[in-house]
Amino acid sequence: MPNLTINGRTMSVDAAGDTPLLWVIRDQLQMTGTKFGCGAGLCGACTVHLNGEAVRSCQTSVSDASGKKITTIEGLSAKGDHPLQKAWVAEQVPQCGYCQSGQIMQAASLLSKNANPTREEVVAHMDGNLCRCMTYSRIQKAILRAAADMRTASNAGERRPT
Amino acid sequence: MNSHVKITASEPADLSRRSFLVGSAAAGLALGYSAVPGLIGADQAFAAAGNFDPSVWYSIAPDGLVTVTCGKADMGQHIASTMAQIICEELGANWKDMRVQLASNDPKFNDPVLGAQITGGSWSTMMNFAAMSRAGAAGRMALTEAAAASMGVPAGELVVRDSMISHPKSKKSTSFAEVVKSGKATKAFTPEELKAIKLKAPDQYTMIGVSVPQLDIPSKVNGTAKYGIDVMLPGMVYGKIVMPPVRYGATVKSVDDAAAKKVPGFIKAVTLDDKTGTTSGWVVAVANSYPNAKKAAEALKVTYDNGPNAKLSSQSLLDEAKRLQAQDDSGLFFVKDGDTAAALGSAAKVLEAEYTTNINIHAPLEPMNATAQQQGDIWHIYSGNQFATRSGAIAAAAAGVDPKFVVMHQMWLGGGFGRRLDADMMVPAVQAAKAVGKPVKVIYSRENDMTMDYSRPLTYQKIKAGLDADGKLVAMNHDVVSAWPTKRWGIPDFLSPSVDKKGALDAFTVNGADFFYSVPNHNVRAILNEMAHNATPSGQLRSVAPGWTFWAVESMIDELAHAAGKDPALFRVALLDGKGKNDGGAQRLRNTLLAAMGMAGYGTKALPKGEGMGVACVSSQERASASWTACVAHVAVAPSGEVKVKKLTVATDVGTQVHPDNIRAQVEGAALWGLSLAMYEKATLKDGAIEQTNFDRYTPLRMSQVPEVAVSVIANGEKATGVGEPAVTVVAPALGNAIFNACGARVRSLPITAEAVKGAMKA
Repeated sequence: MPNLTINGRTMSVDAAGDTPLLWVIRDQLQMTGTKFGCGAGLCGACTVHLNGEAVRSCQTSVSDASGKKITTIEGLSAKGDHPLQKAWVAEQVPQCGYCQSGQIMQAASLLSKNANPTREEVVAHMDGNLCRCMTYSRIQKAILRAAADMRTASNAGERRPT
Repeated sequence: MNSHVKITASEPADLSRRSFLVGSAAAGLALGYSAVPGLIGADQAFAAAGNFDPSVWYSIAPDGLVTVTCGKADMGQHIASTMAQIICEELGANWKDMRVQLASNDPKFNDPVLGAQITGGSWSTMMNFAAMSRAGAAGRMALTEAAAASMGVPAGELVVRDSMISHPKSKKSTSFAEVVKSGKATKAFTPEELKAIKLKAPDQYTMIGVSVPQLDIPSKVNGTAKYGIDVMLPGMVYGKIVMPPVRYGATVKSVDDAAAKKVPGFIKAVTLDDKTGTTSGWVVAVANSYPNAKKAAEALKVTYDNGPNAKLSSQSLLDEAKRLQAQDDSGLFFVKDGDTAAALGSAAKVLEAEYTTNINIHAPLEPMNATAQQQGDIWHIYSGNQFATRSGAIAAAAAGVDPKFVVMHQMWLGGGFGRRLDADMMVPAVQAAKAVGKPVKVIYSRENDMTMDYSRPLTYQKIKAGLDADGKLVAMNHDVVSAWPTKRWGIPDFLSPSVDKKGALDAFTVNGADFFYSVPNHNVRAILNEMAHNATPSGQLRSVAPGWTFWAVESMIDELAHAAGKDPALFRVALLDGKGKNDGGAQRLRNTLLAAMGMAGYGTKALPKGEGMGVACVSSQERASASWTACVAHVAVAPSGEVKVKKLTVATDVGTQVHPDNIRAQVEGAALWGLSLAMYEKATLKDGAIEQTNFDRYTPLRMSQVPEVAVSVIANGEKATGVGEPAVTVVAPALGNAIFNACGARVRSLPITAEAVKGAMKA
């Protein structure tokens, strides 16, 4: 039985090694924030982090995920207050909301490496995530807002000692 | 409403009743509307003791929290939040105290105008505004009277704001929570008294017109919002559908489960026996997990009789449409004004053109799903659905029980767009649950979802129009040939009599063709393409008919303007003269068009070679429920025919804005849907099957394809109208017209392709 380290906890799951991580997260671990959209890595609704990298959990087997640090939308922040989540509320991004966990996880992997992305970098990073409600411009705005907020926060943190 | 456990009695859907229903009050509570006879009495099951329930639409708890029950499907239009906002305005509550929950299919939550639970048509705000306002006002009046009595002051001197009731003269005040706790709010309202309530004038609004934070959004950024696919029931197992090789008409001949039995966790293969005809030739593989159900489905060997549609293709459907259109006695008249034959005969110039649209797939990102559970006599269905009244009846038929034994548990919808008006997912969930004696969650794979979509039908339209010697439009014959999505529902009240009373037609295939232009001689024929109807059972896709009728009309109007040597926008302005039946609507549409032209700088500057602007204006949905919408599209066309959309400028007259920010979000999303359908989405039928099975070949707009979109919302104090759909319909013709202005290529088929543009360029 594979062990999975997910959102900081290690759990044993009852699934064949080739089972897509998505279904183990959703049905066995009952964390349903990660969504099934296409089953083929074409829409991004199932995006989670493996060791901080955004991956499609419908295309990731349990055995590939075993031993790595898995983060889902439920574990992105302690209280749903990651700067991206706050920016998503501030920009009132979601319509139906179904793709948004995946969008936020995809965006988080960008901001963890690039604190000041250009609009073009945002588009290039996000183009694999479909939003059928077409909230794309608000997603863009929210990512740029969160990036700015994170820079302000880290600048403030650096300045505080002086 | 998960605590709503038993429907003891109910009425079948009475869709002919367009009357105003007042919901029945929860029995035993202090205050309520007079009960409507015949509606059900399941109230006590969920009515928490001590709560104040001024109407079925909301309840105030002793802690002051106001929970609104939304009877409409929330698919991202934030309608639950909008209902709460309308109630909040008249109730005088603090927005922070407002909560929402989703209604069951209990008929007391039926739409007050439609008399059923159905969500679509951009109808919800318009049709519920009065009922929610009155519900809110009734609650405020009851609370105020109780507060007045306990303060010993006249009720008329009290001021209600932010969930507080205060008496400025004596500086006494009390909260909603305290009044509810006192149990003294006892005023009851009859329907007549409710009707007599004087509502606020728009200049008194403090909530309507304010972009309050949407109540559903926090749960949609932290993963906690529950969609149908997220339902978990004790002992639940999973179903994966094995689809036949054709869209419709196949029957199962044999099922060999020998290989499936080797899949761990496999339980059973269930062949559907669907007497409703909603599905045909479906088998459900049931297993202890979805991945195992999927493996089992792949291992099942099913043989089929592929039925009568197995050789049909998009081309066959188009050929059949052309054959039908060519016959004089085809179809039924939706519009018949004047004498088009005579007027076309004497016209100075006659234009004739064909416009087509290909099959389109809804593809909401949450694939279709439903979870069914039998508990005693009651079937519980968990699914996000736009038409609980009918879908509950389909579930009942699949179970072989009376609809009163079905409880539909509404969930958040991971996209609707009209797809979830249909009930197909109920059938496999119910019959699989019945066969295995356990709750079953059936989840469509994306491939199932796409190939079994109730698609926007392939359409073929022909317009013949005549100009007089002054270049004035004097006659138009417009034939619309398609599958009839609404006829398929089997609900006569959703069909409309033809203007000559010769039959009933599906107005949801021709709406929009009855435009607000003044054309003295005007015929519109609705022609059913029976072949397409059978082979590709169609559905309502965001905006429905105006998605194709305006493609044809607004392209042809442009062609006529060019033929008359007039500016296409000003040609429209002249046609929107507001004469006769068009009075009011035409002027609003004209003003909206002018607003869009102004915003876009239409005609104010010379554009570089290869660029052009095009206009279109639409009144979708129905004439009676129009939102007035205009678009100026700005494109650049390369010699290769590649079209780059530089900007879409959209203006829309919505009468009254409940939530300005939401309107902008909806209009922008709708406009991008329009762009996606116009340029990127195409499904095709081959050998009776939809060829595109996933997002690799069916390709909705992605972020990199989003152009600049400017939205202007006109709120002129008229009644609130719908905003979810009209902007979908206006974009394609605006683009086609812009392309013509950029390079002289007239395209008449959707989606617009580079090849078609290049082919249409003048040599």
